[in-house]
Amino acid sequence: MRAEQISVFLENKAGRLAEVAAILAEADVNIRALALADTSDFGVLRLITNDNQKAMQALKNRGFTVSKTDVVAVEVEDKPGGLNRILDILHQAEINVEYMYAFVQHNGKNAVMIFRIDAIDEAIKLLQKNNITVIEGSQVYTM
Amino acid sequence: MILDIGFETMPREDLEAIVLRRLKATIDHVYANVPFYRKKFEENHITPNDIKSLEDLKQIPFTTKKDLRDNYPFGMFAVPMDNVVRIHASSGTTGKPTVVGYTARDINTWAELMARALAAGGATRGDIIHNAYGYGLFTGGLGVHYGAEKLGASVIPVSGGNTKRQIIIMKDFGPTILTATPSYTLHLAEVAEEMGVSFRDLKFKFGIFGAEPWSENMRQEIEQKLNIIAVDIYGLSEIMGPGVAIECHEAKKGLHIFEDHFIPEIIDPGTGEVLPYGETGELVFTTITKEAFPLIRYRTRDITSLNPEPCICGRTHIRMNRVSGRTDDMLIIRGVNVFPSQIESVLMGINEVEPHYQLIVDRKDKLDTLTVLVEVEERLFSDEVKVLQNLERKVSKNIKEYLGVSAKVKLVEPKAIARSQGKAVRVIDNRKI
Ligand SMILES: [Zn+2]
Repeated sequence: MRAEQISVFLENKAGRLAEVAAILAEADVNIRALALADTSDFGVLRLITNDNQKAMQALKNRGFTVSKTDVVAVEVEDKPGGLNRILDILHQAEINVEYMYAFVQHNGKNAVMIFRIDAIDEAIKLLQKNNITVIEGSQVYTM
Repeated sequence: MILDIGFETMPREDLEAIVLRRLKATIDHVYANVPFYRKKFEENHITPNDIKSLEDLKQIPFTTKKDLRDNYPFGMFAVPMDNVVRIHASSGTTGKPTVVGYTARDINTWAELMARALAAGGATRGDIIHNAYGYGLFTGGLGVHYGAEKLGASVIPVSGGNTKRQIIIMKDFGPTILTATPSYTLHLAEVAEEMGVSFRDLKFKFGIFGAEPWSENMRQEIEQKLNIIAVDIYGLSEIMGPGVAIECHEAKKGLHIFEDHFIPEIIDPGTGEVLPYGETGELVFTTITKEAFPLIRYRTRDITSLNPEPCICGRTHIRMNRVSGRTDDMLIIRGVNVFPSQIESVLMGINEVEPHYQLIVDRKDKLDTLTVLVEVEERLFSDEVKVLQNLERKVSKNIKEYLGVSAKVKLVEPKAIARSQGKAVRVIDNRKI
C-alpha cells in the first residue's frame, strides 16, 4: 500500500524550481503532487509523478541529487476535522509524522494527503483498521 | 621496483659526497651565467669558493617566486636560448606565469627521474599508463609521458577532460596504471559510476597522483573506489616538474626526494631559519644537476616535514611527508591559521563526505567570516530537512572543535563548486586588506 516519492536537493536561489519543472516537462513526466520544504539556504522538493523512475533519471542526468522515499497516500474527508482524525489516530499509537502535504487531485469527493512516516507499515495497518482509505501507489501515480 | 639501484640505494656518505660536488658545480654555473645570482652573491659578499660544505648552503639567500616573476620570461635561464629545447610555464593565478626552460640533457634527466618515480609507484615496462595529466604548458602531462617512455611502458596520452571518452578508453585499452590529479580521479570515478562502469572490471593496479594537495582520507577513498594502490607524487615546474619526489608503493609513507638531483631544506616561513628533521615548515629546494634553469634555495611555499628514517623499500633518499598546505593557501581567519586541507580532513571524518568543498572568506564590519560550501552528494542527501540541517551543524561544530574557527556551512548542489582543469577551486578570499 506504499506510494513512492522522489526528493530533490535544491539550492535556495531563483529559478531552481522552474528548472526542475522544465526538465520534467521535457521528459514528458506529469507532476501529481509537490511540496517544497526550505531553509534560508536550501530546499528539499518532494514530488510524486506519473513516472518516478523516468523523473529521477532525467533529474540525475542534469546533475541533481535525487532520492526515493516510501510514503502513504491517504484519503481525507473534505470536511472540518477530517485531517485531525487521522493525525489523532497516529498520535494515539505514538507514530510520528515527519511531514505531510496535499495531493493536487481529489479522489472523488475526498482530498488526498501524502504522509511521510518512519513506521510506515504499522501506520498503514492502523489507518485501515480505522476505516481510513489508503490509496495504492499504482493508483496514486495515475490519479 | 627500484629502477636505479646505484643512486637510489646509495649509502648516505657516498650520496653526500656526490651532492656536494654537484652543488659546487651548480653554484659556479649560476654565478657565471645568471646575472640575478651573481648580483645576489655579490650583495651578500659570497663567492662560489665560500661554499665548501653542504652546511655552507645556508649562507646563500633564498630565491622566491617573485624573483622569477621579476625576471620574466627568460631572465633566470643559465644557458643561451640555442641550448634550450623546451619551455614550460605555470599558470599565474596572480600576475605573470612562471617560465622554465630545459636543455636536451635536462629533458633526459627529467625523463629518468620520472621513470624512477613511475617504477617506485608500481609501474614496469609491461604496463599501459593512462596519463590524464594535462598536456601543454603545464609540466604534468609531458613529464609523466617522457618518464613512461623512458621506462619502456606503453603510454596513452589522453590528457585531461572529455571524461566519458576516457572511461571508454579505460574499458577498451585496459590500462594498468593511472596518472592524474586526485580530484580528477574522483571525478573519473563519479562519471564511471554514472556510465555504469565499475573500476573492479578494469585492469588498473596502481595510481600515481599529485599536482595538488590531497589527504590520507582521499587516498583511502580512491583506493577503495578504484580498487588500486594509490601513491603520492610531488614536483613543481620551477624545480623540474613531476618526479622530484615519489612515494614507494611498498611503504606508502612519505615521498622519497631524488637527492642526487635536489637538495631539500625545511624552513620557518616567517623567519627563514632552517628547521631540524621532523619539524613542519616550508619546503626549499636547490637543484644540483639542471643546466637551463638551476635554482638555489627556491622557496616552494609548500608546507611539509622531512623524515630521514630508513625505508623498508631500500631507498636511502630522505622522505618528505605529504604536503599539508601552502604558505600562500594558509588563511589567517581572526588570527587563526587555517589550511584548506584541515577542512578537508574534517569533512572526510563526517559520513565520509566526498571532499567537494570550497572555502569563502569575507570581511564584514571588520570581522572575518568563513563560509564552507559542501556539495550534497547522494550519500549525504535526505528527504528530511532536519537531517540536512544537522549535517550542517555537525560540520560547523567539528571545524570549530578541530580548527578553532567559526564557520558557516552551506549545502550546495552537486557540481555547484567550480572545477578548473580537474582541480576544485578550494578558496575564494573576498577580503580587501
Ligand atoms: Zn620507500
